Amino acid sequence: MTEDLLQHSREHNIKLPEGSIEKQTTTLNLGPTHPATHGVFQNILEVDGERIISAEATVGYIHRAFEKIAERRPLYQITPLTDRLNYCSSPINNMGWHMTCEKLLGVTTPKRVDYLRVIIMELARITDHVICNSVIGVDTGALSVFLYVMQYRELVYEIYEEICGSRLTTNIGRIGGFERNFNATAWNKLEKFLKEFPGALKEFENLLQRNRIFIDRTVGAGPITGERALNYGFTGPNLRATGVDYDVRVQTPYSSYQDFDFAIPVGTTGDVYDRWLVRNQEMWESLKIIKQAYQKIQEFKGEEAEVFHANVPEYYLPPKQEVYTKMEALIWHFKIVMGETEIPAGEVYHSVEGGNGELGFYLISDGGRSPYRLHFRRPCFIYYQAYPELIKNAMLADAVIVMSSLNLIAGEMDA
Amino acid sequence: MELTNEHIKTRLTEKFGDQVSDFVEPYGMLTFEAPKGLNLKVLQFLYDDPELRFRFLTDLQAVHYPENKERELAVVYHLHNLTDNVRIRFKIFTAIESPDVYTATQLYACANWMERETYDFFGVNFIGHPDLKRILNVEEMDYFPMRKEFPLEDQTRIDKDDDMFGR
Repeated sequence: MTEDLLQHSREHNIKLPEGSIEKQTTTLNLGPTHPATHGVFQNILEVDGERIISAEATVGYIHRAFEKIAERRPLYQITPLTDRLNYCSSPINNMGWHMTCEKLLGVTTPKRVDYLRVIIMELARITDHVICNSVIGVDTGALSVFLYVMQYRELVYEIYEEICGSRLTTNIGRIGGFERNFNATAWNKLEKFLKEFPGALKEFENLLQRNRIFIDRTVGAGPITGERALNYGFTGPNLRATGVDYDVRVQTPYSSYQDFDFAIPVGTTGDVYDRWLVRNQEMWESLKIIKQAYQKIQEFKGEEAEVFHANVPEYYLPPKQEVYTKMEALIWHFKIVMGETEIPAGEVYHSVEGGNGELGFYLISDGGRSPYRLHFRRPCFIYYQAYPELIKNAMLADAVIVMSSLNLIAGEMDA
Repeated sequence: MELTNEHIKTRLTEKFGDQVSDFVEPYGMLTFEAPKGLNLKVLQFLYDDPELRFRFLTDLQAVHYPENKERELAVVYHLHNLTDNVRIRFKIFTAIESPDVYTATQLYACANWMERETYDFFGVNFIGHPDLKRILNVEEMDYFPMRKEFPLEDQTRIDKDDDMFGR
């Protein structure tokens, strides 16, 4: 074979780099800016024809030194940094950070705040999964499903807008609760979403779940065993697709998740199809949780029905209009912003179930206004290192769908 | 039987004597430290012991304490027993002049990038790591930016006026 090729190139006077025929493999750059990578990360693949022999993943293209910046910022100013980790579900990151601070400061939140948070976090989980699952569709050649469900992400973003004023990088909530109560428009929009989305999700499911082409492409692509996945530090839907039922919401309930009745969907083989199925089922479970939380919130009566933050003036940033008109609010605002409130020294680890796994915050405080050290446990940074193993001996086209099925978010990976 | 912090502590002291020390429980999570040469033995024991079974490495990172002479860098492991749902935190301290620590990559595949990240930001040299190089920063960087001797830029400085981009 090699001889034939060498002779052929000699006869036709084709000049190739030294040794390129003998090696018979090609080195291929997948990324850093390639439409199939959905973010800035580079993979140097060694391919033999279309089969991948080895891969080397490179990350860090959008590293922004959040951990270093956080060492100077007061606690409430770190929330916008967490937005930019997994920006497909930033409310979960925001809430995770608020809860970490609350754990450190010893703040307990009222039940209504917990339920409001659950609604927002589950909406964020739906938007996250909707993107990931529809992008798997795009990479297997079905663009219409992606465009179709994007309309419904828009409805969720409108709900965020009513509550915090922004859409993608939300900076939603405060330490102790929310910046404002949900208004009537927000509830109406939530009702609209709950009414319209299940139908769309069903249709989305019908288009892909039993679709012959989709099944042929995804079944058996990038499989991993449960044991190996645990060793690789997988969490979230990618771990559950291998059959391990680890979910932070159930194992270590936060924000009153123990009050809700929902199932943890698990897969068996941990391939692309299983990951897709797990995420899809999780969206149904999230809808169930939102409906339960909505009902529970309706049950609050009188003064309780207006509670949207804990009564902790020393940590909860007061609303701006009160700062201008009320003495109390002005004092607390000044104290919090100038860093004169007592922040206890200590170390705390808190984790939430993010869109793609266990999002952990390890916060060490030495009593000053900003953390001594803050570390984010970013789930996709940890499980992305399994990627070369997942795509070894696979076809090049499979490498692309395995990558999109892992739900890699460059912002989270590079922090 | 429920796996309590007290029980973990007893098992560890039975095995390692007074080499494991400083048991504390900040916010309910058992935290202890061991000499840096023992880190692999402790991790392996926590992994293998039929009662402890800490087989999931949640997180690994370092902290820099410039005032602690001879123990400036702390490497912190967060371990999780998924069966009993118990988390612990395990620390080792090393001098900044010789930040050599044994790698945990043989035990946990996920330690690979976490250790590279720790090396990248704190310069902890993980002995035996298969490919210890920078991961998030550029390879030409010749310092370890998360160490405390590199403060963030003073936001009030005025010597850096820029007509184009402002301050």
